[in-house]
Amino acid sequence: MPTTTVEARNLGKRYKDTSALENFDLSAEAGTVLGLLGPNGAGKTTTVRILTTLLSLDTGSASVAGFDVARDARQVRRRIGLTGQNPAVDDLLSARQNLVLFGRLFRLTKARARERAARLLEQFGLAETADRQVKKFSGGMKRRLDLAAGMILAPQVLFLDEPTTGLDPAGRREVWDAVSGLAADGTTVVLTTHYLDEADRLCDRIAVIDHGRNVVEDTPAGLKRRMGHDRLELVVADHAELAAARGLIEAVASGEPAVDEAAGSVSAPVAEPVDALTATATAAREKRLEVADIGLRRPTLDEAFLELIGQEDRK
Amino acid sequence: MTTTNPTMTRETLGSRLKWTIHDYRAIVGQEFAHIFRQPANFAWQLGFPIVMVLLFVYVFGSAMDVTGAGAGVDYVSFAMPGMFAMTMAFGFTNTAWAVAEMKEKGFIDRVRSMPMASSAVVVGRNIADTIHAAVDLSILALIALVIGWRSDGSLLETLAAFGLLLWLRFALIWVGVWLGLLVKNVEQAGNLFAVAFPFAMVSSVFTPPDLMPNWLGTIAVWNPVSATATAIRDLYGNPLPVGDAWPETHAIAAALIGPIVITVIFLPLAVRRFRGLGR
Repeated sequence: MPTTTVEARNLGKRYKDTSALENFDLSAEAGTVLGLLGPNGAGKTTTVRILTTLLSLDTGSASVAGFDVARDARQVRRRIGLTGQNPAVDDLLSARQNLVLFGRLFRLTKARARERAARLLEQFGLAETADRQVKKFSGGMKRRLDLAAGMILAPQVLFLDEPTTGLDPAGRREVWDAVSGLAADGTTVVLTTHYLDEADRLCDRIAVIDHGRNVVEDTPAGLKRRMGHDRLELVVADHAELAAARGLIEAVASGEPAVDEAAGSVSAPVAEPVDALTATATAAREKRLEVADIGLRRPTLDEAFLELIGQEDRK
Repeated sequence: MTTTNPTMTRETLGSRLKWTIHDYRAIVGQEFAHIFRQPANFAWQLGFPIVMVLLFVYVFGSAMDVTGAGAGVDYVSFAMPGMFAMTMAFGFTNTAWAVAEMKEKGFIDRVRSMPMASSAVVVGRNIADTIHAAVDLSILALIALVIGWRSDGSLLETLAAFGLLLWLRFALIWVGVWLGLLVKNVEQAGNLFAVAFPFAMVSSVFTPPDLMPNWLGTIAVWNPVSATATAIRDLYGNPLPVGDAWPETHAIAAALIGPIVITVIFLPLAVRRFRGLGR
């Protein structure tokens, strides 16, 4: 039976006269990856800081791993790991020295800290560079070390605040693989991001946040589905035939077609994607329309996101 | 996984104290690992006072007449204790810089999210800085001996003088911690040098306050750095005729009390600032 590991109700937080969070709810089941997605300044970091006991909350309540973040901060701290926006590792020390230091600060014995450091270096693919100064690490390696430091006590819940911001594509992939690995081992992960592909790839559920409020929470697939139907897109070779193409699409569309003059394409949402595709392809051949490209595509998470944020703003 | 049980389970006052000391040791250990990892950096840090000694004693000192016996006469015995006091006075910028860096990099946040004594970041820093200052001071004293400075005081008096210097440095750590938490980033912490200069220089470290304009001289006399400088000059037996303001006539008492006043003001400010991180 799934149990809830992170539970926040009615979170409210104000800084002077701006409100960072208002009636914000969040929950994550044990062993899942929850993504907190939103633009800069939406309240993502504030949420993470409250859940990791770094920041007091003004209203509402939150519990992590079964303990209240305000009343039992110490109990919460024993069960969480945190990786902030910047790798909080000591550049001057080696990777191993860093992990041993954090192990010591997590109050392990010296021997235990060393043993744990060796295990984590192995797990995060840093064994070979363990004794090199962190200053010389790539961005991806530094982040992985940072993740490892958050995993010293094998926490039940790991919080990652924008884990891949500022990394190159290779570095992002390294971090993604590391996070996926942790999730597969049963760690509950709460991560914030403003990258949609990241949320799409890593998360079981995504909570969209904007202006400190809940916008929507769903699975990545569900979020895309909220955007409505798949779209059928037809690209003509000769732009003069755009009107004819529009006619073909209109015949099968379930909504208003969108015409992109520059690209020579017409697209529209369709209710029966496969039928619409075959019908349109056949009709185009009969009319001897020169087709450059025809296909179905799902709305991207980007489109879903902008649409959702847009709806919220219009309210 | 089996590693989820932190060693500490029940909290008695004794075990808390034990673990707190453990945390401090870990942080101090980190500081020392830095020195071994970055010997060049450490050398630079020591290079600074050496350059300052040479500049002040030989460049400025040759034009200074502090004893009334002529320019450059006995300047070494006046300047060296001043040099010691100045190094201590500047020290708070090191602390502020280190604290600002820990804050900016998220190190303080990480530690605060861990089940340890969060004061360890700050107290561990203090212990490390005090040890650092002691090392700086030893090196400086060595240079002083080389260029001809001597303490005419007894061994006890000489040691007491070094004690007073570290006492000042220790008090200023709280100023450094407070400022380090106050500034936005490391860059701003670097700018604190602009505050450190007048704080260290508007004092009796290099120039007798008598020689300054009246109002400035008054500030210099009451600057805690002056009290320490004057007190250690007394203890080293390199005294200089001083004015008759209380901190000058009771230099040793002033050098003991000044740092207490600094601590009483800035320790609570630093603690409040540290706690304020959670609001």
